[in-house]
Amino acid sequence: MDFALDIISWILLAAGGAFVLVGGIGALRMPNLYTRMHAASVTDTMGAVLVMAGVMLQAGLTLATFKLAAILLFLLITSPTASYALASAAMLAGIKPDAGQAADLEQDS
Amino acid sequence: MSQSPSAESGPDARTSRLPRIIVLAVLLAAAWLLWSGFFKPLLLALGAFSCLLVLYLSHRMHLFDTDIFAPRFTLRLLRFWGWLVREIIRSSLEVTRLVLSPKMDISPTVAEFDSKCPHPVDRAILGNSIILTPGTLTLRIDGQHFVVHALTESGARDIVNGEMDLRVSQLRGG
Repeated sequence: MDFALDIISWILLAAGGAFVLVGGIGALRMPNLYTRMHAASVTDTMGAVLVMAGVMLQAGLTLATFKLAAILLFLLITSPTASYALASAAMLAGIKPDAGQAADLEQDS
Repeated sequence: MSQSPSAESGPDARTSRLPRIIVLAVLLAAAWLLWSGFFKPLLLALGAFSCLLVLYLSHRMHLFDTDIFAPRFTLRLLRFWGWLVREIIRSSLEVTRLVLSPKMDISPTVAEFDSKCPHPVDRAILGNSIILTPGTLTLRIDGQHFVVHALTESGARDIVNGEMDLRVSQLRGG
């Protein structure tokens, strides 16, 4: 039973890590700020949820699991709020969102 | 949060205040017990005192006059989260496919729409839900008017079609 839980937990942790990696690759490959934020938001959601679920399975049915669940809930509420602040700041700084596929550098000129 | 307290007061609001107080009390007590993990009398008494103080302050702030703590709102919120999780999984896989495909087939689009949500809390939930879903990003909320950035054109069309807007606006009504 413990062995099966360990395997499921490792699968979740590995899948979460894979989504974090995808978020990183996307943030590098995407052409401008807003599209980079889309790629990075995969890290916020699937990455965080899967890694936390994997750690919760390691902790078992203890108080630590409830604390991890609370951390996950707060992460899922605060990270989009931070993204909104970042997007608003970018808009205020004059970075045009409707530049299509134009890269960051081209927008500076 | 500029809704005046008198908007919902009346004989009906007075009787429906007790379930809301119970919902918040249960949440606070659960938070204290599960996060402290100590069950000594002194700490339990401090926890009970803190919970009662927060309940009193919430009452003073007229938080129980809005239906954020209404039991039916809590149930609907849980059902909405279930739907949101499915959406997040679907669009995460979509964004992952786009990021990993050799020729990134993205079509960044800015879309604008007017939300059906009258209350600021609903609009905050909707804005955060749009950002939480990979591939869509709330750029600005101006009253009921939303400006949204989407990674693909079809993603922008899904937002403007407003299924998420409809689901959020149904959280509190009725």
